Amino acid sequence: MASSERSQDKTPKITVEDTDFFYGEKQALFKVALTVPANQVTAFIGPSGCGKSTLLRCFNRLNDLVEGARVVGRICLDGRDIYDSSVDVTDLRTRVGMVFQKVNPFPKSIYQNVVYGPQLQGIRRRSVLDGIAEKSLQGAGLWEEVKDRLHHSALGLSGGQQQRLCIARALAVNPEVLLMDEPCSALDPLSTAKIEELLHSLKDQLTVVIVTHNMQQAARISDLTGFFLMGELLEYADTKTIFTNPSDSRTEDYVTGRFG
Amino acid sequence: MRARIKKFFDSGTLFVWFCGAAVAASLLMVGGVLLLIMINGLGFFWPHALVEMTLTDGTRVLGELKGEEVIPHSATPEFPEGKTRVRLKVGNRDLYGLDFRWVDTDRIAKAGSPNDVAAFERREWGNFYGRIREVSRSEGVVATGNQDGWKALQPLIKQANDLHEEIEHLQRDVIGDINFEIEGTRLKIRKLELRGQGDAGEVAALQAVTRQLETRYRKHVETLRALSRQLDEYSVLLVETNGREKRLPVGQIVKAFRPNDMGFFEKILTYFKNFWSVLSEEPREANTEGGIFPAIFGTVMMVLIMSVAVVPFGVLAAFYLREYAKQGLIVRVIRIAVNNLAGVPSIVFGVFGLGFFVYAVGGTIDNLFYPEALPTPTFGTGGILWASFTLALLTVPVVIVSTEEGLSAVPREYREGSLALGATKFESMLRVILPCALPGILTGLILAVARATGEVAPLMLTGVVKLAPALPLDHHFPFLHFERKFMHLGFHVFDVGFQSPNVEAAKPMVYVTTLILVMVVIMLNLSAVALRNYMQKKFKASAV
Repeated sequence: MASSERSQDKTPKITVEDTDFFYGEKQALFKVALTVPANQVTAFIGPSGCGKSTLLRCFNRLNDLVEGARVVGRICLDGRDIYDSSVDVTDLRTRVGMVFQKVNPFPKSIYQNVVYGPQLQGIRRRSVLDGIAEKSLQGAGLWEEVKDRLHHSALGLSGGQQQRLCIARALAVNPEVLLMDEPCSALDPLSTAKIEELLHSLKDQLTVVIVTHNMQQAARISDLTGFFLMGELLEYADTKTIFTNPSDSRTEDYVTGRFG
Repeated sequence: MRARIKKFFDSGTLFVWFCGAAVAASLLMVGGVLLLIMINGLGFFWPHALVEMTLTDGTRVLGELKGEEVIPHSATPEFPEGKTRVRLKVGNRDLYGLDFRWVDTDRIAKAGSPNDVAAFERREWGNFYGRIREVSRSEGVVATGNQDGWKALQPLIKQANDLHEEIEHLQRDVIGDINFEIEGTRLKIRKLELRGQGDAGEVAALQAVTRQLETRYRKHVETLRALSRQLDEYSVLLVETNGREKRLPVGQIVKAFRPNDMGFFEKILTYFKNFWSVLSEEPREANTEGGIFPAIFGTVMMVLIMSVAVVPFGVLAAFYLREYAKQGLIVRVIRIAVNNLAGVPSIVFGVFGLGFFVYAVGGTIDNLFYPEALPTPTFGTGGILWASFTLALLTVPVVIVSTEEGLSAVPREYREGSLALGATKFESMLRVILPCALPGILTGLILAVARATGEVAPLMLTGVVKLAPALPLDHHFPFLHFERKFMHLGFHVFDVGFQSPNVEAAKPMVYVTTLILVMVVIMLNLSAVALRNYMQKKFKASAV
């Protein structure tokens, strides 16, 4: 497995060490090992069912919800095993935010969506919440569009706006890592462009891990790319290397569109 | 040919027609029921014209025309379509023995609607139809003749009604309060005795209070007697159409009206007045006359208590089944059991309510908290609380099923989205899933209310009575009296329709009560629907 030079001189944020993952009897990940560097955008690509989303959902332990899900191995955030029994899962999830493939703003107002996380943490002061809401919406590039209708339903926004609202909602709890599970697959090209732009600016504050089916997107936005196939991490390297000079022929076949 | 038939059949046109016919048939039936109830029920309030007939034998009949029919097997060569007869409500039950009378059409020599006949609604014996001969006071005649008598009578009736109101107030509020206090003091004394703390001083003080109350009571009873005597001060000599006389104290008359003399607008005004008095007054004469206010009140209150009981109960159960329980054989069995519970005959719930709530729970409560009242049961007898709980049990499957449906309709993304923001499962449920499932929960409530309002059988075992002495809500602490028995519209229909001594005369009351029961169901449902729509708007703006 070729780890690039660049990824090693960055501080590692998430490290995955020889991890297997099972859905009941079915094994979904085989001996995956990788390091996600801090303040970088890391993309996971691969055909459907290759395990990239599964790995992503291991990072915030959302897979715990699935009955019979089991992790064998070590996944560390800042060097600490997140599957350790001493870890508070809700605490972990505030540190590792997530944006989903299907846009899922709650059926509440825009404002209530954004302050949902902070309120869970016990912040009650209106002024503080207002500040968080504005900052998060600005961070997601949505503030200008919604500032006059913060208390209208979030479901009245367009698809792209809703997804950016979900990003704002995730940003509101100040996460260190943002997981994105095909965040643009249901959006039009313009909205997609906006979100990609957003990712660039977010990089300074946090670490982004994104799963995508869109090869161009991965090439455009990510610093590192991992290619998954049948639950195995075939290749993990600099995005440039993956797309121009992959070491595995199957990676080349995939990124050039010969299959998948 | 066969191919064409098959093609026609396969095209589905026939199927669509059948579907449409099924819907149309259901609508027709519902509409027909409502229409029947409305025609019969709403007609009750109208001041019907009085018809005076002279028969061929010289006698006369006066009453409200209630219908006409062909006499069975009466077709003769002269009358190929058969003879007809009319049905009259002749009232004057005390004179004739019956309220209704059939008159063959060919025996009627003359018929008309004279303006000077009046209908008198009485506190006993139903209506009187006839004319006034004289109005008199104890010492002498005040007015003679129909016309003068009528004029003299109007203010007297008003006066008598005011007097009745005063008596009612004295009986129910003043004397009722004193009785309430006397009973309370008696129980206090009994309590002290039971505890063995026969502290002579305390008991004596309480007994002094009782004596004081009894003195007050006797004083008010004196006033009451005086007022009642006033009621009999004036009397009116009425005469029915054939000349038989009947002397009546004015206090016996609720109202007198001359329907033939009324203009259209006056009739409309009377119509609404009648409607209102049925809604707001207490029943008279074994429920067949007067109003049905206590029954409306009891029905609504019982449904409200039931809703308060059933919603949390059903929602919690549904949350457990859907969100926490491990989905498997046991949960499936429970779910089937819950669904089957909805199909258990309601009288079975009534028996259960009687055995469990009334005797077991209520009896225990009596032993623990109200030993001083025993052997008179407090909670150990049917009451509005037990009836409501029994109905809550009856309707809880509906709430569970709808809540479960509401919960399963909440998208997985909402749960994951909430959890991914660091919410615990409980926080997610409380803040995201519950609001989303609210419409489902409220749908369950609507169905539960609809079912509970119409249910009568279990109530008969758990607390409904023909005539409740007091409403379950009044100004005595603690205001809500859950142990009291109550009246219910559904039971009222049954009681008036089947248990009253004069079924035919009570028929309009049955329809009116039914109509109002249907209206109450519709009102309760509409308010639940409005609540649901409000919630939906609040949580799910449809701006997309």
